[in-house]
Amino acid sequence: MNSEINQDNSRRDFLKTAAVATLATAACAGIACSCSPKKAAVPQKVKLLSPEGEIVEIDSAYLNYQEHMAIVSKLEAREGIAGKRFVMVVDLARCKNARKCISACQKWHYRPEETEWLTVKLMKDSDKGAPYWFPKQCFHCDNPPCVKVCPVDATFKRQDGLVLIDNDRCIGCKFCMAACPYSTRVFNWDEPKVPEDLRELAANPETNIPARVGTVEKCDFCPDRARDGLLPPCVEACPNGVFYFGDENEDTVTNGDETISFTQLIKDRAGYQFMEELGTKPRVYYLPPKDRQFPVERGYENLPDKIKPRFKEIMESIPGKSGI
Amino acid sequence: MELNRYQQEAFSYQRPFLEKFGSKTVIWSLFFLGWISVGAYALYLQITKGHSITGMRDNVVWGLYIVNFIFFIGLSYAGSIIAGLLHLFKVPWGKPIVRLAQMMTIISVIVGPIFILLCVGRFDRLHHLFIYPRIQSPLTWDVLAILTYFVGSALFLYMALIKDFAVYRDAKLNIPKWKQKLYKFLATGCRGVASQKRHLILSQNLLAIILIPLSIMVSSILSWIFGMTLRPGWHSTIFGPYFVLGALYSGCGALIVIMWVYRVRYKMQQYFTDKHFVYLGYSMMVLAAGYGYFTFSEYFTSWFGSAKWDSEVINKLFSPKEYGWWTLFANAAGILLPIVIVAIPATRKRNWITFAAFVMVMALWVKRYLIIVPTLETPALPMEDTRIAYVKYSATWPEWALTFAGVATFLLFFTLMSRFITVVPVSDLEDPALHPPFPHSRKPIQELTQPA
Ligand code: SF4
Ligand code: SF4
Repeated sequence: MNSEINQDNSRRDFLKTAAVATLATAACAGIACSCSPKKAAVPQKVKLLSPEGEIVEIDSAYLNYQEHMAIVSKLEAREGIAGKRFVMVVDLARCKNARKCISACQKWHYRPEETEWLTVKLMKDSDKGAPYWFPKQCFHCDNPPCVKVCPVDATFKRQDGLVLIDNDRCIGCKFCMAACPYSTRVFNWDEPKVPEDLRELAANPETNIPARVGTVEKCDFCPDRARDGLLPPCVEACPNGVFYFGDENEDTVTNGDETISFTQLIKDRAGYQFMEELGTKPRVYYLPPKDRQFPVERGYENLPDKIKPRFKEIMESIPGKSGI
Repeated sequence: MELNRYQQEAFSYQRPFLEKFGSKTVIWSLFFLGWISVGAYALYLQITKGHSITGMRDNVVWGLYIVNFIFFIGLSYAGSIIAGLLHLFKVPWGKPIVRLAQMMTIISVIVGPIFILLCVGRFDRLHHLFIYPRIQSPLTWDVLAILTYFVGSALFLYMALIKDFAVYRDAKLNIPKWKQKLYKFLATGCRGVASQKRHLILSQNLLAIILIPLSIMVSSILSWIFGMTLRPGWHSTIFGPYFVLGALYSGCGALIVIMWVYRVRYKMQQYFTDKHFVYLGYSMMVLAAGYGYFTFSEYFTSWFGSAKWDSEVINKLFSPKEYGWWTLFANAAGILLPIVIVAIPATRKRNWITFAAFVMVMALWVKRYLIIVPTLETPALPMEDTRIAYVKYSATWPEWALTFAGVATFLLFFTLMSRFITVVPVSDLEDPALHPPFPHSRKPIQELTQPA
C-alpha cells in the first residue's frame, strides 16, 4: 500500500517537474485545443518526455493538471503558437468602467490590488470633447520598443504576435518600462504575495506565475488559456462585451457572445490603434466611442472611493454637466 | 631610474605621502568609511525589504541612482579625454595634472556602475548580461562600452605609472616589505633605458589615440539609453553630443576642484599653479558656452515645436510650481556662472574659478536629475487612476544615503590612491622654466615656482 502511494506520489512529482505534457501539447498547439490533458477522461496512454530526455508512456489518468502550470516548455513559450496572430479589439462605445475586466485579470493572475495589468483610463481627447472610458492593457506591439531595449532577451516577441516576459531571466533593469510609451509594465518592487500552492511552479513566460521580486510583468494575452481554447478572463468577464479577442490569420474575433470578422469590424467601425504614430504597430485596435451606450458618469460610480477624487476635475469638465 | 633636478625635487616633496599615512588622512578615511557604512545599511534595507523603500515606482522607474551613474561616468569620460589630449599634444604645463585626470577617470568608472547595481531589481542575475546577451539593446552596448573603457583607462594610467613605480622601487622608501615588493612587481623591471622609455611613450600614445574617440563613443552610448526610447525630453538627436559635452564640462570642473583640494591639503602650489586654474578655467568657459548652446537648442526646439507630449515636459521644467527653480539653478549656476567668472579678469582667480567649478558641478548633477526625472514623470497616458506616488518621484533617505556613500567612496579612493602613488607624476615632469607658469602674470617667474 505504502509503496503504491509512494509510486503514485513519485509519478505525480515526476509529472510536475517534467512540465506536464511537454509533448502532449506540442501535438495540440492550437487555440481550440481539444486534447488538453485536463479533458482526458478515458484512461489512455500518453507519451511524455522525462527530464532525462527519455520518452515514457504514462496512463493519462495520472496526468495531474494544475491550473497555471505551464503546459509548454520555456523554449516553446518563446516560439509561440504556430499559425496564429492574436489581436484584440476594444469597443470604446460600450465601456462604462464596470471594472469587471480588472478584477477578473487580477484574480486569474493573482495580482495584488495595486498592480494592475489592465487599467481603465478616463480619456478626453480635446477641450470640447467628451471624456470616455478607455481600457488599456499591453498592446503586444509588432514593433515593440520594450523588446528592442531588453539587454537579456527576457522580454521577446513571438510568432503569434505576443510580447511576453521570462521572469526567470529578467534582471530588473526597468529599461523596458522606460521604453514602453504606453506605461504598460509593472514592477515587483517587493516580494510579491503568491498563494502557497503556486509558489513552487516552474517559471514560464506563458503564465508568469508565480511573480518574482525585482522583475517586470505585464498583460500577456493569456496564451496558456488560448492553448486550452479559453478566452482571456477580461474578455469573459466584461458584461458589455467590450473586448473582442481572436486571430488575425483566421480573421475572426469574438467577445464571447458574437464572433465576427476582424477586418469587417475594423472597417465598419473605423477601428484605430492608439498612438500608432509612434511606429509601435500595436496589436490592439480601438473602436471609437461613437454612439455610446452609457453616459460617462455611470463609470464614475464604479470607481473605488479612494481614487474618485482624482477624476473630479475631468468629470466636471463634461459639457452640460454641473459636476458630480 | 635617473631623475633630473625637477623630478628629484618633485619626488622628495611627495615622498612622505607615500611613506606614511598621517593622522589627518586616517581621520578623513574613517569619516568617509562612516558615510559608506550608512550607505551599506541603506543597501541592506533595500535588499531585505525590497526596492519599495526607494522613491522609484512604476512610472518613475529610475531615480537618483541613474542620475549618479550618469554623473560619475561623465566625470570619468572627461578625465581620459583631458588626460589623452594633454598627453597627445605634449602640452608642457599639463604634465602635473595628467595623473589627477587619470585618477578621476579610473575612480569614477568604478563608482559609477555601482549605482547601476543599486538600481536593477535583481543584481543576483547580472551574469545574465553575459550568458544571454542581446546585442540590439543599448544597455548591452553600454556594458561593453564601459568594460572596454575601464580596461583602456586602467592601462593608460598604468602605462603612465610604470616609470614612477620604478622610481618608488629604487628610492629605498621607508615602507613595509610587501609594499616594496608590490612596487617592484608593478615596475616590471623598468630601468628607464631609452628603449623602454620609447615603448612606454608609444603605448601611451596609442592608448590616448584609442581612448579619446572611445570616450566620445561610450558617452554617446550612455546617452542612447535615453535617446533611443520614444520619450519626450530624451528622444532627441542631440543627446549623444549633449552628453559628451556635458561629461567633458563637468569633468573639467571636477578636475579644477580636485586640483584645488590637493593644492590646499598637500600644499602642492608648486605643481598646481594659478596657470593651471586659469587654463582649465578657460576650457571650462568654452565648454560652458557649448553646453549652453546645446541646452538652448534642445529646449528651444521642443518648446517652439510644441508637440503635445514634448511641451508637457517643457512646461514641467519651466513651471515655477514644478521644476522651474531647479531649471533656473541648473542653467544659471551650471552655464552662466562659470562663463561670467572666467570672463571677468577680477574674478579670474584660483579661488573664484574653483568656486564656480564647484557650483557648476553641483548644477550639472541637478541638470542630470532634470533630464531623467521630469521625463519619467510625464507618461503619455493620463494617470488619474494611478496612485499619486507612482507619478511623482521624491527620493527617499536610503537613496540619498547611498548617493552620499558613492561620493564618499569616490573621495576615499582618492585619499587612498594618493598614498600609494604620487599625485604629481615624477618621472615625466619637465623643467618648469620651459613653460613659464603664467605668461600673463606680472609677477616674476621665480616667485611662482618657489616651493612653499
Ligand atoms: S504596449 Fe508597451 S509593453 Fe506592450 S508590447 Fe507595446 S511597448 Fe511593449
Ligand atoms: S526589466 Fe527585465 S524585461 Fe525589462 S528590459 Fe530589463 S531585463 Fe528586460
